[in-house]
Amino acid sequence: MEEYALIMRHEDGKKVASPEQIQQWMKQTMDWIGGIAAQNKFVSGTGLPFDEARTVTNRDAKKVVTNGPFGEIKETIGGLIVVRAESVEEAVEFAKGCPVLQGEGNSVEVRKIARKDGMH
Amino acid sequence: MQQAEIIPHLFRTEYRKIVSVLCKRFGAGHIETAEDIASDTFLTASQVWALHGVPSNAVAWLYRVAQNKAHNYLRRHRLFETKISPELKHSLPSNTDMDIDLSPKNINDSQLQMMFAICHPSIPPESQIGLSLRILCGFGIEEIANAFLTNKETINKRLFRAREKLREEKISIELPAEADIQKRLDAVLTTIYLLFSEGYYSESQHTVIRRDLCSEAIRLCHMLIENQNTNTPEANALLSLMCFHASRFDARVDKNGEPVLYDDQDTSLWDSDLISKGAYFLNCSARGNHLSRYHLEAAIAYWNTQKEDTREKWEQILQLYNQLLQLEYSPIAALNRTYALARANGKQQAIAEAEKLKLHNNHYYYMLLGELYTETDTATARMHFAKAMTMARTAYDKKTIQSKLDKLR
Repeated sequence: MEEYALIMRHEDGKKVASPEQIQQWMKQTMDWIGGIAAQNKFVSGTGLPFDEARTVTNRDAKKVVTNGPFGEIKETIGGLIVVRAESVEEAVEFAKGCPVLQGEGNSVEVRKIARKDGMH
Repeated sequence: MQQAEIIPHLFRTEYRKIVSVLCKRFGAGHIETAEDIASDTFLTASQVWALHGVPSNAVAWLYRVAQNKAHNYLRRHRLFETKISPELKHSLPSNTDMDIDLSPKNINDSQLQMMFAICHPSIPPESQIGLSLRILCGFGIEEIANAFLTNKETINKRLFRAREKLREEKISIELPAEADIQKRLDAVLTTIYLLFSEGYYSESQHTVIRRDLCSEAIRLCHMLIENQNTNTPEANALLSLMCFHASRFDARVDKNGEPVLYDDQDTSLWDSDLISKGAYFLNCSARGNHLSRYHLEAAIAYWNTQKEDTREKWEQILQLYNQLLQLEYSPIAALNRTYALARANGKQQAIAEAEKLKLHNNHYYYMLLGELYTETDTATARMHFAKAMTMARTAYDKKTIQSKLDKLR
């Protein structure tokens, strides 16, 4: 059994949807995660709110701090969960159920978690 | 109360207090001595009371006799130790501290400390429960064997191992240091919850014992809440959860001992007093920032005391199970979550998710599938219930499945 991170990329929902719509998405997300947890395949997870987001960049050998990301593009990371799966295919099946994918252009990236055996 | 009833009754309420106080006084390594003196006290009581009648203050009488027996023991013990091992002299009781303190405060403190000693991490869980039943709940060996559906010999072995551990590990009878309390309390709460579940879900036919198990678990949890150091949000949540469940104890079985399913239960038989207590302790549990499984289970149990089916009820239950499963997976939570999903989001989605659970060794899995196909596909529903029937072990479960099958026709 391997662990995979499912990384959700989408715009900040608050910018495009009503509070009711956001509540509906929240429920769908909770039901999606609950379904994975009911198969004993959920490891951990968290949402990543855009408030107070900062980015530290190396610019001309200096550490430059900027505000953001603001969730204005579909490529920003909005949250992630870690699941247990027999194979990447199974992890992909979990990802397909993610409610984020209802939005055109949104994506869920599936990445294997490095084993803590010093091999990665 | 008749004399025939009064001794078993006093045994149930006073034995544990005497044992806890004596054991705290003698040290955990001498738990058997404490038990012997307590048992001997009751033996004396039954002999003397048979001749002279029950004294007006029976409890005080028992305490006095226990004190005398303990003093005699200490005197003999001291003689032995001063002669055999003089180097231990400084640790021996002097005449002044030979007092056996059976004040209400010391009784309560000793029982609480005893709970932590019994739930020490070095003692295996099944022994913890056995010893809790014996020492903290005053259960007889046969009653414990009945509750666990096993024989007296097995129980005696478990108790023996537990006492041995108490001795070997030199476990002291005291509350853990404040920094350790939270961690050690987890084990105490688990044991209390197991005690309760043993009573609530036990396959044993002894209804009286099962009810006693439930009320003893509630009593022990109450004791934690009465002490400032152990009055944690988790302990309140567990107490709330047990009160909510226990409120349906009478409604779950009819006069002939047949199971009554939740939907068919007569709500007038639900204990409204316990339901209000559950709500009270649920409120008390709502502090701090740690959400435990007991909080979630208590909240689910709260919604189960609301008989009326509303959309909100099932949506709340579903979300609570979603959270509970993230915190701690269990097959039964997965199955209950899927049932809630059916009620909140519809059977179609629930069937798709149920198929993914693959709990093929669990008859409740097939009962759930049967339930989900009822109304839409009677043949498939019957197939699943029939499969569940071949796997069910207890008469209660078999009767439940049979009544589901009967309703299909």
